[in-house]
Amino acid sequence: MSALSFPEHPETVLLPVEHAAPRARRRWYRQPALMTGLVVMGIIVFLAVAAPLITSYNPNAQNLSQTLQGPSAQHLLGTDQLGRDVWTRLLYGLRLDLSIACLAVLFPFTLGVILGCVAGYFGGWTDTVIMRVVDVVFAFPFYVLIIALVFVLGPGIRSIVVAITLLGWVSYARIIRGEILVAKRQDYVTAARSGGLTSPRIMGRHVLPNVISQAIIYSMSDIVQDMLAIVTLSYFGLGVPPPTADLGSMISDGQNFISTHWQLTTFPGLAVVAVGLGLSLIGDGLADLIRPGQT
Amino acid sequence: MLIPVAFGVTLIVFFMIHLIPGDPARTILGIHATPQRIAILHREWGLNRPLISQYLLFLDRILHGNLGPSLYYGVPATTIILQRLPATLWLIVYATVIAVLISVPLAMIAASRKDGVRDHVVRVVPLFGLGMPPFWLGILLIYAFSITLKLFPVSGYGSGFFGHLHAMFLPALTVAIALSPVVIRSLRASMLNVLGAEYITTARSKGVPGHRLFLRHVLRNAVIPAVTVLGINIGFLIGGTVIIENVFAIPGIGQLMLNSIFERDFPVVQGVTLVFAVMVVLLNLGADIAYATLDPRVRFER
Repeated sequence: MSALSFPEHPETVLLPVEHAAPRARRRWYRQPALMTGLVVMGIIVFLAVAAPLITSYNPNAQNLSQTLQGPSAQHLLGTDQLGRDVWTRLLYGLRLDLSIACLAVLFPFTLGVILGCVAGYFGGWTDTVIMRVVDVVFAFPFYVLIIALVFVLGPGIRSIVVAITLLGWVSYARIIRGEILVAKRQDYVTAARSGGLTSPRIMGRHVLPNVISQAIIYSMSDIVQDMLAIVTLSYFGLGVPPPTADLGSMISDGQNFISTHWQLTTFPGLAVVAVGLGLSLIGDGLADLIRPGQT
Repeated sequence: MLIPVAFGVTLIVFFMIHLIPGDPARTILGIHATPQRIAILHREWGLNRPLISQYLLFLDRILHGNLGPSLYYGVPATTIILQRLPATLWLIVYATVIAVLISVPLAMIAASRKDGVRDHVVRVVPLFGLGMPPFWLGILLIYAFSITLKLFPVSGYGSGFFGHLHAMFLPALTVAIALSPVVIRSLRASMLNVLGAEYITTARSKGVPGHRLFLRHVLRNAVIPAVTVLGINIGFLIGGTVIIENVFAIPGIGQLMLNSIFERDFPVVQGVTLVFAVMVVLLNLGADIAYATLDPRVRFER
């Protein structure tokens, strides 16, 4: 799964294609995809961050005299089987899942970029070893290995983050290595090397800023994947432990009442879809901004 | 290429047991731990031997098709896994077929008029699918088509070819919908690439009609990247079946894996993980072979 939106044609993606696109097209605020994505994500992040201000309910406060109520002025999305306010739980669940997903992306991103740089820049046996490990991890279906790892590490948020780190770095390493192999042949690297700069300096100051954009674009879809993984594992009871509000466990709770109270299952899922939409649009917009004419 | 990957896969599956905190045998057995049972597991896995010898023992076992005894079912794990494998293979093939049937026409519609209304619709709709939790989509489909409209069974596998075809339609559709956004996007891009090629201009200029041009020239050449895209996403496809099997209660190895996790049946979890990885490696090989068959240029390059 971590191979999602991986460039299937390295040669067409990696070569810097300069189209004669008008300069104005490249300004970020003129990109409809990027702007829509930023607006969607802006609203979602605002709702998640400001959750305690938006709603006055406690996400875990039960009220057994008001269970399974329909939407009303007091309870915007009604209440669940324990009388908890669904809108409140949705906001807090979004807050928790989104923050775990963003946190979980940082580690594989860093690890993958470093190992990708090392493999691409030094080549030789380091490259062979690192890329063999990448191939092996790619041989496992993402969900299979993540479920197996969460099983051996014990269910919970910490295990999910560890599992995502162990699996997620391979995509970044592959992307960065490919970009570096192209960048290495560019004149500015030769110039820097003949100027007597050390390898770490050339890598850090000259190559990395030029190649990192692809990894950042990929990280947008990676956050979505990680959020899906967290929600899925929580749905199966292997992730966020109850009673903490989380979108996956909300869906699994609501599933028992789907014939009578479809909103309990539907809205948490829609929240995940909205995050996926927002981040994909941002990713597309960024890709178009950096490499116009590719999409 | 294939052999080091296969070795790496066995190494990772082997090391799973050493990620378990504490004495793995004791932790796995949990409340059922008795000195005898712990001793049996220790002997089975050779836990008191050096690591390299443990690994060789493990390799020797799996090369003989022995994945160890299932702690829950009380029979060899291999037997259970082989029993459950057909349902999973059915779901994978069925989902792939539906994904191709959804993606190819949509990509063609989008690519046939770049930046037209239809193109924009086909480009935007998959964005909603990228963040869609497959299990959630499955639940909604069950609610709509099984509970409300009563068109399909709520769960299960069905019997006979047409029984499977009917009972597994919704699960396969769910996996296919989860898979298609990526496939549609890559396919559209590759069709646009083909449309820009010189032989298309040649065909157009000699008056080949539009539909024939698409079927004979564009689709044929765009199939190759499509095979690659499917190949890259095999891991995603199989991961999706694990989740969907559990939502629709299909007795495949994905459901077996999750049940075994809840029963703390480590040998089965380990075995299923290995089988899934072997499946991905073999299917990737298959995609490579298909690639070489479809595109003679690849054969000459290698």
